[in-house]
Amino acid sequence: MPTRHSSDLLVIGAGVIGAACAYYAARRGLNVTVVDRGPVAGGTTGAGEGNLLVSDKGPGPELELAQLSTSLWHELSDALPREIEYEAKGGLVVASGTEDLAALRTFAARQAAAGVTAETVPGDRLGDLEPHLTPGLAGGVHYPQDAQVQPALAAAHLLRAAGGRVRLRLGEPVTGILTATDGRVRGVRTPSGDLHAPCVVNAAGAWGGELARLAGVLLPVRPRRGFVLVTEPLPRVVRRKVYSADYVADVASGSAALQTSAVVEGTPAGPVLIGASRERVGFDRTLSVEVLRRLAAQAVRLFPVLATVRALRTYAGFRPYLPDHLPAIGHDPRRPGLLHACGHEGAGIGLAPATGQIIAALAAGDEPPLDVRPFRPERFGDGAAC
Amino acid sequence: MARDRSPAALVGAATDDAFEITFDGRPVTALPGQSVAAALWAAGILAWRSTRVGGRPRGAFCGIGQCYDCLATVNGRPNRRACLLPARPGDAITTQEGHGHAELGV
Amino acid sequence: MPNSASEAPGGGADSAPEAVPDAAPEDGAEYGPEGRADDGAAYGAECGPEYDLAVIGAGPAGLAGAVTASELGLSVALLDASGQPGGQYYRHPSPALGATRPEALHHNWPAFAALLRRLAAAEVTHLAGHHVWTVVAAPDAAGSWDVHALTGANGDEDRPGRVRARAVLLATGAYERQLPFPGWTLPGVVGAGGAQAMLKSALALPGRRVVVAGSGPLLLAVAASLAAAGARVPAVVEASDYLGYARRPGALLSQPAKLAEAAVHGAALLRHGVRLRTRSAVTQVHGSDRVEAVTVSRLDRQWRPVRGSGRRIACDALAVGHGLVPQLELAVGLGCTTRRTVDGTHALELGPLQETSVPGIWAAGETGGVGGFQLAFTEGELAGLAIAARLRGRAVAGEGRRSPRVLRRRRARLRAFADAMAAVHAPGPGWPQWLDDATEVCRCEEVTAGRIREAVADYGARDARTVKLLTRAGMGWCQGRMCGAAVACLAAQAQGPRRAQGAQPEPSPERRPLAVPVRLGALAALDEPNSPGTAEPKPTER
Repeated sequence: MPTRHSSDLLVIGAGVIGAACAYYAARRGLNVTVVDRGPVAGGTTGAGEGNLLVSDKGPGPELELAQLSTSLWHELSDALPREIEYEAKGGLVVASGTEDLAALRTFAARQAAAGVTAETVPGDRLGDLEPHLTPGLAGGVHYPQDAQVQPALAAAHLLRAAGGRVRLRLGEPVTGILTATDGRVRGVRTPSGDLHAPCVVNAAGAWGGELARLAGVLLPVRPRRGFVLVTEPLPRVVRRKVYSADYVADVASGSAALQTSAVVEGTPAGPVLIGASRERVGFDRTLSVEVLRRLAAQAVRLFPVLATVRALRTYAGFRPYLPDHLPAIGHDPRRPGLLHACGHEGAGIGLAPATGQIIAALAAGDEPPLDVRPFRPERFGDGAAC
Repeated sequence: MARDRSPAALVGAATDDAFEITFDGRPVTALPGQSVAAALWAAGILAWRSTRVGGRPRGAFCGIGQCYDCLATVNGRPNRRACLLPARPGDAITTQEGHGHAELGV
Repeated sequence: MPNSASEAPGGGADSAPEAVPDAAPEDGAEYGPEGRADDGAAYGAECGPEYDLAVIGAGPAGLAGAVTASELGLSVALLDASGQPGGQYYRHPSPALGATRPEALHHNWPAFAALLRRLAAAEVTHLAGHHVWTVVAAPDAAGSWDVHALTGANGDEDRPGRVRARAVLLATGAYERQLPFPGWTLPGVVGAGGAQAMLKSALALPGRRVVVAGSGPLLLAVAASLAAAGARVPAVVEASDYLGYARRPGALLSQPAKLAEAAVHGAALLRHGVRLRTRSAVTQVHGSDRVEAVTVSRLDRQWRPVRGSGRRIACDALAVGHGLVPQLELAVGLGCTTRRTVDGTHALELGPLQETSVPGIWAAGETGGVGGFQLAFTEGELAGLAIAARLRGRAVAGEGRRSPRVLRRRRARLRAFADAMAAVHAPGPGWPQWLDDATEVCRCEEVTAGRIREAVADYGARDARTVKLLTRAGMGWCQGRMCGAAVACLAAQAQGPRRAQGAQPEPSPERRPLAVPVRLGALAALDEPNSPGTAEPKPTER
């Protein structure tokens, strides 16, 4: 029964995924409520680097999602204010040895066959692209489609651009999922009251698993911790996103143990961001000196000029990890009325617009823009897998 | 107590060992053990940096190494806290522009 | 007195790195030869000997804790960023300045001199010029802690240091709370504590005619010092109302020594013709490239400026501050529980014997709530006793010392006094009305009040952290130490009355996992621990 708190779509999570769902749903004419226990971009999004990458994805459903997102981000960069710091700066993947390079080139050739622009760069030409890059690398691949946004600003501006059809309820934790007698979702409970909607979207990022549990379904989203080092403000020292070829293997690995690979990029605001580490240790923010040592050492190896530059801060973020590295997007047949849009691991900023479009189409009862079967939320079954 | 009160007179500091440093090429007198910021203050210089965005002048603010407003380029090395760094004879302090790393830009 | 750089203690090799590898510990040598001799043990690829106790901060609390623990038989490393012991309170000229009367700028020098004598006699490894950037549980030694530090006057020499210890005493002190106002970024506007520090340690004044403003008992001391050192102080501008003291007579009258100290400052100010204006604030600084004058306005009870009450005072500098903020980076990084203090800052939640919520991590002095040097001495001593008792497995009272019971009673009295004073000087809710939208709040990233208000009102920020993400306020060199208090307040107020109803959780203190900036080269050079859990080879390396 409609109440004054009713809307067509209720999105749980005011990160970039929730914001994109709200944005595209509002453009379809749906009335949307976005509820979050914290502020906009207070969780997974706020800790992201803002990567919009095709370069780290092999052919398959995630790459298709990324390719759609790449074109949508390009459109959004016109529709949203410049403050989102969209930069189509391109990515450069480098290999130090000839074996690394051969593997990288094979990977790039498969990507190219799937429609990704991938240009091989011989070792002696890397310096043309990145003058501060250490000499002597075997070679690399340049991905001009890779881009970047400032994730928190992107989420905030998406929500604002969505206009009057989107209502924000911040600082309100969802404590329960309301269901009708037939099991169908009809809203959520918060400390300040019940919010009703025929469709509820789980866009709770790394906490998406807990949210699913509230709804009585299993979704084994687990946090995969990453540290980022942020330097003092610099002029443009690194033009692109530059990373070592072993990063792709780390991303694809399912290991819980610590993995680090060099990922270095500049930002329009000045600081250079240095990643990337991956480990599954729960929601533990305790600083790991060993992770920082490795990140710094790898970054300095790629860009020796960074040795004298100071890191001003570091932070840990939690990637919402699902065991097969694919997000959960779409209706949950186990709980009619519940949709999921989470588990994007480290790619959520990049995959947000395509995810938002899919959710908006499904909520409106339309065909999604691409095949969503690989992302079906019930694929992990009801008990195992976590 | 001297009629002309000064901090050095108050604590009975010896000021015979004063030496010279330079600020943007002009000589400034410093005392042994004095920080770069203190030597500049004593010479009436309150700003030795311009900000990254607005190009506004800045100098020492918190005085105890917490605010980083006093960042200075000393002997060519940028971003050094002038309030902590002891002055040494011959130190060349130059007004730092913005991030102080213009030479790294590509 | 030698004049050459290499012989001048306190002369940083910092400014000429090729001269000597590290200069800072030279300063420490003065206070205990073993400090220098053992220095090498704290460095190197192999971790040196494990100390019983690492004390971080050589102010009154840290010194008292280190000396007490050492006298009770513990091996103690005392790390401090400065070249000389004393912390902010007992900052004094470098020996190179040859000051014959350093006590002239201090009212309580004998207590400090006594501690220095005990420090010299004790076997404390004093590591001066050590900027601690993090403390972590030792990855390969259960129950031990690794204290990571950078060296050099500015903390940017290459060699990082690591000290391992079974217990850690955090005596990291406090820094000044700042509330922004139009013009506060002009050169010549300096922290009140900063002006005091520059005067005490380097005998420098920011100007000849210095207005002192803000709130808190420190202002009187600063004004008295500046005047004694030859500056004209046309006014001390205090935002609170000293009548507040009359409303809290109990706690205040229990501390006659403290009141006497205030009276000494008051008398000195009268002698120098300094005028105290209460319930007033500097609401505008005038000048294009440096301070030329300030406007002082009357405040109402909420600290809102009274319209039309502004008066211009000519000056060439302004020393300003609103009390102190405990320095908690290391403690917060370790996961220590904090509490909100009566004046709205965060301090550590401590047990009866100064232990934090993390067993093995202790704290003393301002970290547990700002309370002044006497409280710091008391807490440091209490912590030293308690740590010695814990590590030696038995009580260590007696031995001619004050008992923990006596110290705890003294602590309670001093704490009550400090809290009463903090309540009097706590910022009123109306202070943001000093700001216009163009006033810079974040000095490092040059973020205005208008942008912060917009981030909250229009873009869904609700706390200092999301304001930072959306505006960069607090993201610069100082990591929000100068603007954090103001940003948190603006964020809360811009959300309107809903926030005020108490529906919101208490904001937690800011996390700054790097307590000081660290060169990437220094980070990269840290030795790898032999921890199998983190050294696993990559499973899918190509």
